[in-house]
This record gives sequence, structure tokens and C-alpha cells, in this order.
Amino acid sequence: MPIEFPVLNFVAVGPMLAVTITAFLVMFIELFVEDKRILGYISLVGLAVAAVLSFSLMGAFAAPAFQTMVISDGYALFLNLIFIIAAALSILISLSYLGERELQHGEYYALLLFATVGMMLMGAATDLMIVFMGLEIMSIALYILAAFNRQQLGSGEAGMKYFVLGAFASAFFLYGVALVYGATGSTNLQEIGSWFSVDRGNLGDPIALVGLGLLLVGFAFKIAAVPFQWWTPDVYHGSPTSVTAFMSVGAKAAGFASLVRVLMVSFNEAFTIDWQLALAVLAVITMTVGNIAALAQKDVKRMLAYSSIAHAGYILVGVVPASMIGVRAVLFYLFSYTFMNIGAFAVIAILERRSEVGSSIQDYAGLASRSPFLAGMMLLFMVSLTGIPPFIGFWGKLYVFWAAVQADMSWLAVIGMINSAISAFYYLGVVVQMYMRPVAADEDGVEAPAFKLTGPIMVTLVVTAIVTVVFGIWPTPLFNLASLAAFG
Amino acid sequence: MIGQVPLSYYLLLSAILFAIGAGGVLIRRNVIIVLMCVEMMMNAVNLTFIAFSRYLDSTTGQIFVFMIMAVAAVEVAIGLALLVELNRHKDTVDINEFNSLQG
Repeated sequence: MPIEFPVLNFVAVGPMLAVTITAFLVMFIELFVEDKRILGYISLVGLAVAAVLSFSLMGAFAAPAFQTMVISDGYALFLNLIFIIAAALSILISLSYLGERELQHGEYYALLLFATVGMMLMGAATDLMIVFMGLEIMSIALYILAAFNRQQLGSGEAGMKYFVLGAFASAFFLYGVALVYGATGSTNLQEIGSWFSVDRGNLGDPIALVGLGLLLVGFAFKIAAVPFQWWTPDVYHGSPTSVTAFMSVGAKAAGFASLVRVLMVSFNEAFTIDWQLALAVLAVITMTVGNIAALAQKDVKRMLAYSSIAHAGYILVGVVPASMIGVRAVLFYLFSYTFMNIGAFAVIAILERRSEVGSSIQDYAGLASRSPFLAGMMLLFMVSLTGIPPFIGFWGKLYVFWAAVQADMSWLAVIGMINSAISAFYYLGVVVQMYMRPVAADEDGVEAPAFKLTGPIMVTLVVTAIVTVVFGIWPTPLFNLASLAAFG
Repeated sequence: MIGQVPLSYYLLLSAILFAIGAGGVLIRRNVIIVLMCVEMMMNAVNLTFIAFSRYLDSTTGQIFVFMIMAVAAVEVAIGLALLVELNRHKDTVDINEFNSLQG
């Protein structure tokens, strides 16, 4: 009897394969090159190939691959683009940032690429097993990257904290998977979804609902939602800034990617009945806690960490309605957040003092007179993160709140807008420092930090700025792409 | 005979193990013991998977357990490496001592 080989459909995982192969190539070539920056450029080429593959798959029939373990639908491909862009922009930051700190090692780029593969897997997974695998591939690479600056205690601490709490959250996630598996008899999202329906009369099943709750704990940790946000400020503060930029957008987008897919495919009916209000309340608490805590920060990196908690809250507003309009808004928001946040971190990476952890807000005093260009860039990103038109951040917020209004949850949108107003205080606080304060020397009388604008980081700044402005003035193409991804 | 032990016993045992592990992570201050507690939580999950797998007569759960074992091994390797790295800066394994990040 001939053995039947299963159809695997390698085309569907083409982008992931491209990035994986590039990562191995980087590790191999690292042995032979003296100037490690070459590896960064090789990684960029690999990411470009993956982006082209993702684009070419878009619009094609979304065939499931590997026995319905993953799927390359529009949703996954759109997220692929977000992850690839986030990885590429952070590599461009790293090329200058790491060189200045003598951290230029080949494994950095390999780990960054592996983390990207994990994120792409999370976006494409249609089985809880693959969600878990993607989550771990991403997290384990990020734990090491967070601790990458071996000269600083802070970086090691950041890695350790991220690791301990991440492993803790993974265990909760796994327990949730185990209970859902026990109740439904499957780990496939589609099969769980068909078991979990009104027709089958299984909606109130306690084991499965506890399992869903534990799954939400795991996701809440990855997206930094309250009450699982405590790791965020320390980890973002201590990690190398290029890594912070990457994980603040990449890990968040990946967490939201599979959270939304799991809720939409597997738990749609159960979610709207039992968990919707709980998640809405979580969204409100998350954005409020993030914004209020950010007000008190004296360190710009830490402030952006708290602001990223607040942004997780805004994005959750788009998840709560569990509607296609909401999914579209979430995708748009994740895309816009990628550009404006990485842009802001690029400015921080330039201004950060070499020997210190973090970036004090005093270092930004009088920046407008020292470098009008950098100050202008930071102004642009801060205004966009606040959500003031005509920048991309405004549209992200608008669509997310609109989704809540459509689902008869106007109160959620109102609270979101009040929170945006609060966030203006700390974002514009940086602007006030840059434009209205004189250049300040710190306590030891050391002058404001010297900085150098190098080619790669300039590219990051210019690209993020252009996208923030252009899609801010004309969001329609991006909006259409997000609609295609959410509905296709 | 495993068939004579009801499913609920296994579930209860793994829930207790999981709770002990989670409590340990929150209470203990020694990083190495915290790592052991995380391991314990993972193994509690493994027990749940195996019990359900047997009960449902499906192999998915057993395959999942292999993946969890692999991931758990990787996590221990990473965790200990991070701890060794931290020890070069500060000679302690007390998690409360690692508090330089504040703001």
C-alpha cells in the first residue's frame, strides 16, 4: 500500500520560510564577516523578499496549510506586512544604535528575525498549538534581545523580568488551551468555534469558559493590558531602544492578531454573551491606568511604555464589538501605531546617552535650537500619537471609536476620547520641553547629550514621518487595504 | 488500571499543582525556585492534557505535551543564561535585589 503524503502547501508559509532562511543565513555568514552591519543589510533583503511574497499571496485563494494549522488569508498577510515593517525599521535603528554602543553582533539580527517569524506564525495560526508555538518563538527571542546590552545591569534586569513574567503568563495560556481542548476535544479554532455555538447548546460550559478566561490572561500579558501590564515600564525602560521599538509594536500587534482571530473564529457567540462587557471594562481601565501613570514620568522611554499600555486600551476598544468593522479598525490602528511609535523611538535612540539607561526628559530641553530637524520629527510623532488630525494616529483612533459606536457602546468611545485628551498632557509635555525650555545641563553640569545622525536611522525617521503624514492626509488606500484584510 | 481513576481526580490534582506553582512564582524570591515553580505550572498543564487526551481518546493532547516539554526546556535554558548574565553585575539570586529600573 503506497503511503499517502499529506498536502502541506508550502506556498502559504512562504513569507515565514523566507525570514527563517534569512535568519539561518545571518547566523552562518556571521562566522566570516568582520563588519557585522552587513548582516543587518542581509536581514533587510530577506524581509523585503518576505514582503514581496506576502503581497503576491494577497488576493489569492486563502488556502489552509499544514492540515489547517495555518492559513494565509488577507488578515495574516496584512499583519505580515506590519511585522516586516516593524522588523525592518528596527534593524535600521539598530545599525546605528548598536554600533555606537559596541553591541554590533550577528545573533542580534538572527534573533530579531526569529521573533518576526514567531509573530507571523501568530497572525496566521488557525490552531491553538501554532498560536502557542508562535508565541514562544517570538517571546524567547525577545527575552534575549531585551537583555542584549551586556554592559548594563538594567538591560539584564529587563530581560529577566520579561522572562519570568512571560513564562508565568505562558503557563496560564497553556492551562487555558488544555481546558478548552478538554471541553471541546480539539485545538483547531474552527472546530472549537463550531462546538461553541448556540445550536450545539454548549455556550455555558464552565470548563471551556474558564479556559477562555485563562487564554485571555495570556493574551492580555502580551498586549500589556491591565491587570497584566506591570512588566511593561521596566522592560521597555531597560531594553536597548532598538529592541524596545520593535517589541512595543511587534509583540503588541502579534498578541492582538491572534487574540482577535481566536475571539472571532472560536468564541464569537460565547464572547459576545459572557465576556464582552468584561473586556470593555478592561479596555477602559487599561487606557486610564496607562495615561495617568504616563503623566508622572520623567523618562521619555518610560513615558512611552505607559503610553503603549494606553494604546493597548484604545485597540481593545476595537476588539470589544467583535465585528468586522472592529477588526478593520484594529488592523488600521496597529499599522498606524507601528510607524508613529517606531519613529518616536528612533528619536529617543539618537538622543539617548551611551552610558545610561533610559532617556531623561531634561535631555530634550531646547532641542529645537540644537536640531530643528529632530525636534520637528519628535513633534510630528507626539502629535500623531495624541491623535490630532491630520496625522495617521487620528484616523486610527477615529475608526476604533467608530466601531464601538456602531456596536451601541458609545460610552466606550466617549471614555476613549477623554483619555486621548489626558494623553495630550504628556505627549505635548515633550514638545514644550523641546521648544520652550532652554538647553539644560544635568545635575553634574554635563551638557546636553551629543548626538549623531547616521544614514540608516535617518531613513527610519524619514520613512515613518512620510507615512505618518501621507496616510494622515489621505488614509483611504490604507483603509481599503485593511478592509480587504478584515473581510477577505 | 488507569480506567478506574476518574478524570476529575487528574483535573483536581493538576489544578492543585498549578496553583502551588503559581503561588510559588508570586511568593518565592529566589530566581531559581521561581523557575522551578514555572516548570511545575507547565507540568501541571501537561497532566491536564494527558488526562483529557486519554479521556477523549484523541492524540492531539499528547502531541501538545511534547511541544510543551520542548518549550519548557528552552525556557529553563534561557532563564538560567539570563541569571548567569545578571550575576556578573550583581552577586545575588534574590529577585527583589534586581531593582535598578525605577521611575
